Amino acid sequence: MSSSQNASASHAGFEQSETFAPLSAGRLLLLGGIALILIGMIFGDIFAVFVLHQNAARVGASLSNAAYAALAGDSAAVLMNFQDVRAFLENRGTKVDTHVHMIAFGYLALMLSLLGPWIALSANTKKRLAWVFLCGAGLLPICVFLIHYVGLAHSPLKAIGWASIFADLGGLLVMVAVLWYLAGLGKYFFAAERSAPRSDLPADASPSGNLLLAGGVFLVLLGFLHGGYYAAVDLYRHEALDYSILLQISSGATTQSAAAVQSGLAEYGQLQGDKAVKIAAHSHIIEFGLLSMLLAFFQPYVNLHERWKRRWALVLLLGSVLLPICVLLELKYGLLAGGLADVGGLLVIVALLAMWIGVLRYTGQLDAGGAT
Amino acid sequence: MSGARQLLLAGGIALAVWGMGYGLWYAVFAEHQALEQIGASLATGFGGAAERNSALSEGAFQQYRQAKYVYDRQVDVHGHWIGLAVVLIVLGIGLDRLAFSERIKMILSVSALLGSFLFPLGVLLQTLDRGNGPRALTVLGSALVIGAFGTFALGIARKSACAPQ
Repeated sequence: MSSSQNASASHAGFEQSETFAPLSAGRLLLLGGIALILIGMIFGDIFAVFVLHQNAARVGASLSNAAYAALAGDSAAVLMNFQDVRAFLENRGTKVDTHVHMIAFGYLALMLSLLGPWIALSANTKKRLAWVFLCGAGLLPICVFLIHYVGLAHSPLKAIGWASIFADLGGLLVMVAVLWYLAGLGKYFFAAERSAPRSDLPADASPSGNLLLAGGVFLVLLGFLHGGYYAAVDLYRHEALDYSILLQISSGATTQSAAAVQSGLAEYGQLQGDKAVKIAAHSHIIEFGLLSMLLAFFQPYVNLHERWKRRWALVLLLGSVLLPICVLLELKYGLLAGGLADVGGLLVIVALLAMWIGVLRYTGQLDAGGAT
Repeated sequence: MSGARQLLLAGGIALAVWGMGYGLWYAVFAEHQALEQIGASLATGFGGAAERNSALSEGAFQQYRQAKYVYDRQVDVHGHWIGLAVVLIVLGIGLDRLAFSERIKMILSVSALLGSFLFPLGVLLQTLDRGNGPRALTVLGSALVIGAFGTFALGIARKSACAPQ
């Protein structure tokens, strides 16, 4: 496509975008949604590099100490080490939750933006709900992250700290906004006379959009097949091993066989690693596929040259394949595969950032042109 | 709005609400107890080993195995119902990009929606009955989802191949 054709296509896009006015719900949810996904992914990468492995090592060390305490017949030390495991797991759990919730809210924002034309609410109500949603979607992950650090300090409650209270408030804001949007969608579905939605965005099929959609569907399908394979081949074997290895460690401790405890602990570490990488690969490939499908629908709003849009789509798909495959190979190739997985994550982040900038350029051009 | 799109959007949203409702119930009434049981049985198992009491240790690990089996499936069901619902909604939005007739789109949508409900249901039923029935339901549900999704992929690829570059 030549640049003049590209410009006229973009101009046609501006004329269509009645749902994309300055500070409209569609624009807020699209920009906010991509920003949430970006921040969630960057946080996930930082967490993977600086926290995840160190934390897993600490959990493993505490479990190992508990097993050796059992070997030495020291019940008090066993309990103490399990308390340490609990603290390490809480630290890890809150960080995983921050990463997961931020990205999930980003996906939800993109979907709400796409469903906008079918939501029978006034533009003002949609805009206010978009702000409520984004405030909640930001508040919840930040406060979940703080739970481990704030603890119960100055809390009026015995078991729940201030960070948890504000995280719940964030969740409530998101729920209120989503339920309100759903009511609007229901109103549209059950209306006696339905007007056709004014945006024809999902029907727009640019080459980059087609590439992202077909690639995304392929990734999700690959994830489904991998999940089916995991359930059929690994799931029950892993569950049986989990029990038998723990029993082996405990029998070794009871019979005071240090060698049995040691080999059991090594096998247990291997098993947990094998489980973690397979589940991570399954969930990441599906999530990236879904992200790619969602972004396919927004390509008309990415104000970049079609050639660059295609390049960024390819970069996103390449990263989306590289990360799960390298995660799967981590047990065999260690840090090399881990490093390549991080590069895959970085490619997705860079491509997403480029598309976000493209959308920002679009909104800038839209506002300068005075359309809608 | 076509019937197939309406089915995927309404069905996907209903499934997401169902999955969230289940998650809420689970978080309030079951998760905390399950985690307590898993942690306590592990500690008791190692404590029993420290006291050289293999019967206590074995019993505790057996409890851990049961609790973990149920916990893993209950959490997976929550995630899969909502995840599949999101996939259904996204497919519903992009249904126009499928190179199939309305009738085939409807059949695929029914198959995808039915599979998305039955697959996690089969997993959940495995916590109540370890027999072949729930497993068969899980396999049937996942086959419906994978079959429908594979055909969706084919339809999108066909349409993309026909689209002007």
